[in-house]
Amino acid sequence: MNQPSYSQLTLNGLWKNNPALVQLLGLCPLLAVTASTVNALGLAAATLFVLVVSNTAVSLIRKVVSDTIRLPVFVMIIAAAVTITELLMQAYSYELYQILGIFLPLITTNCIILGRADAFARKNPLPAAVYDGFIMGLGFGLVLVLLGGIRELLGTGALFADMQLLFGPDAAQWRWEIFSVDYPFLVAILPPGAFLVTGCLIALKNQIDLSLQRRAQAGTHIESVGSKRVRVTGSVS
Amino acid sequence: MNLLRVTSPHASGLKKVSGVMRDVLIATVPGILVMTWFFGPGTLINLILGGCVALAVEYGVVALRGRDPRVAIADLSVLVTATLLCIALPPYAPWWLIVIGVLTAVLLGKQVFGGLGYNPFNPAMVGYVVLLISFPVQMSSWALPRDLGAVPGITEALQRVFSPGSIDAMTGATPLDLLRQNTGLLFDDLMTTRPELSGWAGVGWFEVNLAFLAGGLWLLYRRVFTWHAPVAMLATLAFCALAGFDGGSSQSGGSALFHLFSGASMFAAFFIITDPVSSAVSNRGRLIFGALIGLLIYLIRTLGNYPDAVAFAVLILNFCAPFIDHYTQPRVYGTGKPTS
Repeated sequence: MNQPSYSQLTLNGLWKNNPALVQLLGLCPLLAVTASTVNALGLAAATLFVLVVSNTAVSLIRKVVSDTIRLPVFVMIIAAAVTITELLMQAYSYELYQILGIFLPLITTNCIILGRADAFARKNPLPAAVYDGFIMGLGFGLVLVLLGGIRELLGTGALFADMQLLFGPDAAQWRWEIFSVDYPFLVAILPPGAFLVTGCLIALKNQIDLSLQRRAQAGTHIESVGSKRVRVTGSVS
Repeated sequence: MNLLRVTSPHASGLKKVSGVMRDVLIATVPGILVMTWFFGPGTLINLILGGCVALAVEYGVVALRGRDPRVAIADLSVLVTATLLCIALPPYAPWWLIVIGVLTAVLLGKQVFGGLGYNPFNPAMVGYVVLLISFPVQMSSWALPRDLGAVPGITEALQRVFSPGSIDAMTGATPLDLLRQNTGLLFDDLMTTRPELSGWAGVGWFEVNLAFLAGGLWLLYRRVFTWHAPVAMLATLAFCALAGFDGGSSQSGGSALFHLFSGASMFAAFFIITDPVSSAVSNRGRLIFGALIGLLIYLIRTLGNYPDAVAFAVLILNFCAPFIDHYTQPRVYGTGKPTS
């Protein structure tokens, strides 16, 4: 079995197979907690941590666990990693832990984590699995933070408010007021805004892909083959 | 003998999309005139501004999508969307409110789904709801009617629209607001003590509703839509109001007459829920569609906390329309009853 190279993994995680924009996995936390940058950053960090831990563990036990019982085992590993994350956040950023609420324990059911464990980590050696977990978590986190930033900016006119929740009291001054509005565009920080902004981001990504593709094959005509998967916004490799 | 042999249909209807849309636009005129009489030129400013923005956006977006924008403009549908939205918006709303509303309605309500005929939701109501949840303060300040406050002239009206906050504006509670905020008065006492509520359903509002009823009846006469949805909606609303009248106590939901002729009842019944694209298709389906909207309007008006309930009720039932269609599919002529 040929191993994917690190550059391939990077490209997949950050762009071609981005968990949030292409696979559309983990939409529940993506939509629910991205009302501000700090919430998004908190959840992105937690998800990244869980993803790396679970990929590591799954890759280590990949030759010991039989296929028939692998899913319960994976879920146990992920649940343990999530519990560690919860305890860490309670210890170091208790307020953010309270704000994120139910969406922290819900990381357990996040499809990205089980998906990477089952699709990648159980078939690949430790270094590749760890790197895949890291880069997938990063791809998800970047979208999360971008979404949180856009929504916070549209909804409140400022960026990086309440950063002290994550980075200690010094970060309280990081709030950067870009424009001041008397009447913020509330829909951006309400749940519908999450759907709208996510939709626009996906459209933007597809548009960039499309124009890159057009530039690459200027003059040549290539028939597209193969079937499309449901609930996927780009081509999955 | 040499007969001309053509296949059916032998008679073709003369109704084109542009004709229907033109009829709808004409039918809104009495309502707009009455609104202008009672609330001043605010509605007219809404309409002119909203109409221009809508035409420009539609032209631009359709051109971006690689279609012929002149065709899209010529079917007048975007003007109908803008007109319905601008009638629903409060008079003297700041200009940016109207621009955002029209942009949302045309882009998010209509064009992202593929333009006219593909929108699952009523575009005007999409625009209205986005504004309502984003800018609740501006969306719930309605001008006072003629008999209760001075109706502003054109200059003052323009000033209020284009530099909001520069002058103090007279706004007040609408009859529906008053009813919702009422905690201590019997219904009859409320109607007599508040000057806004003299008459049957509030000063100005009763007449506005009558005007939209007249426009709607004309559309019915022109066979732009069938009677099913409006009648079902109004009947259900009246029935709910009767059931929840509570003998006119201080907890009363208001009389049937009040509900039929206040707020946006008639406007909704004849102009909003009769949208052919986003409503149910069969006659039986339209009865259900209209009745459920009537029920929801009553519930949201009496239990909710919004200026009026039409937009939410319509959007929720737009969701349900394909489901209703599925269960009310008419039997094909000549086939037996389904044996289920």
